[in-house]
Amino acid sequence: MGLEEKLPSGFLLTTVEQVAGWARKSSVWPATFGLACCAIEMMAAGDPRHDFSRWGMERASATPRQADLMIVAGRVSQKMAPVLRQIYDQMTEPKWVIAMGVCASSGGMFNNYAVVQGVDHIVPVDIYLPGCPPRPEMLLDAILKLHDKIQNTKLGPQRRKQIQELEEAKRRRLPLLGQQGAI
Amino acid sequence: MGLTDFLNPVKGFGVAFHQMFTKSETVQYPEVKKPTAPRFHGRHQLNRWPDGLEKCVGCELCAWACPADAIYVEGADNTETERYSPGERYGRVYQINYLRCILCGLCIEACPTRALTMTNEYELADDSRESLIYTKDMLLAPLREGMEQPPHPMRLGETEEDYYRLGLAGAEEAPASPSQDGGRRSSIDAAVRAESGEKK
Repeated sequence: MGLEEKLPSGFLLTTVEQVAGWARKSSVWPATFGLACCAIEMMAAGDPRHDFSRWGMERASATPRQADLMIVAGRVSQKMAPVLRQIYDQMTEPKWVIAMGVCASSGGMFNNYAVVQGVDHIVPVDIYLPGCPPRPEMLLDAILKLHDKIQNTKLGPQRRKQIQELEEAKRRRLPLLGQQGAI
Repeated sequence: MGLTDFLNPVKGFGVAFHQMFTKSETVQYPEVKKPTAPRFHGRHQLNRWPDGLEKCVGCELCAWACPADAIYVEGADNTETERYSPGERYGRVYQINYLRCILCGLCIEACPTRALTMTNEYELADDSRESLIYTKDMLLAPLREGMEQPPHPMRLGETEEDYYRLGLAGAEEAPASPSQDGGRRSSIDAAVRAESGEKK
């Protein structure tokens, strides 16, 4: 009818997405979920040498309602799991999760009944960060990779489509090992 | 009680003011990467012999040493037509799960052929569990000049042992077992003595 029909397809929305992504990534407020030794490295990421306030992240808080990034740092015990989920639920959308360290990512060397074998059993994880514990630079690298992801997040129906595509791709991915025999 | 006590309330500001003229400690991380300590335990690497053959013999000692069960190895036999490593066996499947690996280096200590070592690379974060299981092609060292993509026959010697003794000239003089004077050190001393004796 008017101007919007003359615009190249998708032009307006992608620009809005980019602006929204830029705004979101420029000041991610972390809800620190420090559980073990990884938390020490997470604190070190805020020190003068590494200084994650360069990306507007210095407001690392224990208040989930004011945060949009949960950094799960350390092994999550079965008893801590419902607490972690509650903290996650209290955070406002949009929200992201970094599983920091091998214990949070997959249970790491604690392959036993007391430890949750990866926080992705409880909350959706955006970035897995290996290391035991990862050095602060590794955390900064993970945060930058998350920034990339936030920047390229789509909005509205496009986002729903993106999620569907990702799910489909995950479902169709083949295992690294063939399924012959028990391992 | 001193004469300058009245300055005490502002002395603290002096400390803060002084800091404005000191050099900033911040490393501008993604642009400036400060090198790690040389022995930093980073991502693993599967090394090669100078002709491109793999050093890994598929013995699985690394997998046995691993406290987190992060390594999966499947060995296979070398054949005359298809040779990947000097000797009998090679690692056909080699996977390290970096979501389990705690980078402790016990696998490095266990490796009998120094096939597995660690690099200083640490930027490993990724967004899925699958992509953090590193397979053999991701772990293998790149081919340097003079190296050739296996499979190919042994170029640097007739046997496995020739490879292990590469660059070990005069290894025959070295005692196989630690001597009374203190093993390796004394054998090196003996080698040095033999060499200087030759020069004379």
